[in-house]
Amino acid sequence: MKHHLISAADLTKDDALLILDTAEELASIADRPIKKLPTLRGRTVVNLFFEDSTRTRISFEAAAKRLSADVINFSAKGSSVSKGESLKDTALTLEAMGADGVVIRHGASGAPHRLANWVRGSVVNAGDGTHEHPTQALLDAYTMRRRLGDLDGRRVTIVGDILHSRVARSNVLLLETLGAEVTLVAPPTLFPVAVGTWPCEIAYDLDAVLPKTDVVMMLRVQQERMNAAYFPTVREYSRRYGLDGRRMAALPQHAVVMHPGPMNRGVEIAAEVADSPRSTIVEQVANGVTVRMAVLYLLLGGSQPAVGTTRLEGE
Amino acid sequence: MSAASVPPHRPSPDSDVSHKAVLEAPDIRRALTRIAHEILERTKGGRDIVLLGIPTRGVTLAARLARRIEEVEGHPVPQGSLDVTMYRDDLRMRPARALGRTELPPEGVDDRLVVLIDDVLFSGRTVRAALDALNDLGRPRAVQLATLVDRGHRELPIRADYVGKNLPTSARETVRVLVEEVDGRDAVLLEAGK
Repeated sequence: MKHHLISAADLTKDDALLILDTAEELASIADRPIKKLPTLRGRTVVNLFFEDSTRTRISFEAAAKRLSADVINFSAKGSSVSKGESLKDTALTLEAMGADGVVIRHGASGAPHRLANWVRGSVVNAGDGTHEHPTQALLDAYTMRRRLGDLDGRRVTIVGDILHSRVARSNVLLLETLGAEVTLVAPPTLFPVAVGTWPCEIAYDLDAVLPKTDVVMMLRVQQERMNAAYFPTVREYSRRYGLDGRRMAALPQHAVVMHPGPMNRGVEIAAEVADSPRSTIVEQVANGVTVRMAVLYLLLGGSQPAVGTTRLEGE
Repeated sequence: MSAASVPPHRPSPDSDVSHKAVLEAPDIRRALTRIAHEILERTKGGRDIVLLGIPTRGVTLAARLARRIEEVEGHPVPQGSLDVTMYRDDLRMRPARALGRTELPPEGVDDRLVVLIDDVLFSGRTVRAALDALNDLGRPRAVQLATLVDRGHRELPIRADYVGKNLPTSARETVRVLVEEVDGRDAVLLEAGK
């Protein structure tokens, strides 16, 4: 029996609220002279990153270190992986080192799920392919809750490359659990085929949606994944789906603008929007550490995890 | 209210567990008033004290003590809460717990006389954790401990400076402090072990 955080759908409403409430209490640590708690002393957290992601890795690293865990960073470049080692053999190596928690980022959707069957420790998905990124969704929900209060009935609009976005999928699943209403906006070519089965609305016209939106989340145009012609030109995309000052003015007074980063200024988000007081982009980074501390504490801090799924061998 | 009654939202899991109220509301009121006066006497007017309650019920008791001290001395007393969950030594013996709130008054704790307030003093392990937590927040001039009930059975070299009631118990019994703000009534209950 194991406990992991692999999908945002693994979390019940109580789990999600426990993580957000725990993060709320942990937030004050950042203002203290000693930004450290002894809670995970003697536990080992391995950051297993098969894809480059400096911001997610340092966020997890800071979170684990503030809880006094020992952190081992393992990146695929220059490691045995580049010599052809399989995920399973890497997992067995980690197992032999006695990792209590494994944070994994992998280019293949489902890799964390596979890994969870091979290691004894808790697996935390830090992004797998185009599948999920649950801690990003948690930090987004936490940021929204800090700005707007309870998320029940809040309207969240997610704009951009839904097709390749693990952030969008995790957010849709978590926000639905928390009672928010999500609308996805993108050109038809950037929706996944099965989006009709997701618990959300879809729309193609950004301007029609903005006036009734509490939160607008802009996704990055992932140029590295744009190998097929999803839209004619970046300029046309920006004009139809980018958030500029004029569009921001159409939002209700209290609405906030989010972006998971890294952003392409001038493509999906204009500089004046990114730097406006409505933007939560810098807060999201700080909140990321806090929320990841909460996740690591609740998974590794007790005799058994307080949140997440229980998966049986071979599932 | 009969001695065997239990608060409405905490139904007794087992009907043959007997509850005995060892302190009722007036006893608690008198005990807190006495502790407030003792704190003032020992600290010569309590000019630089900070009251820190340990969640949940310690925070309520700290607020009441602060009110009484203010009534007597006429100056407000800084108070806050100190959550010790992350510092406990038994974290790995149970599933991870929800955290309580740590909130320091704006004055902070540096160079102040901190009085920790807990509802029941038992093994002393909570207080040990509180001292560690306090250590990460600043450097008080001195730390004292007030508790409503001291039930004995210490496992660490820790003692209280102010005690509402010394209550000899068997280790198998449970002592529960109820406060109006959280539980709807004031009482200290002694529950027999099964």
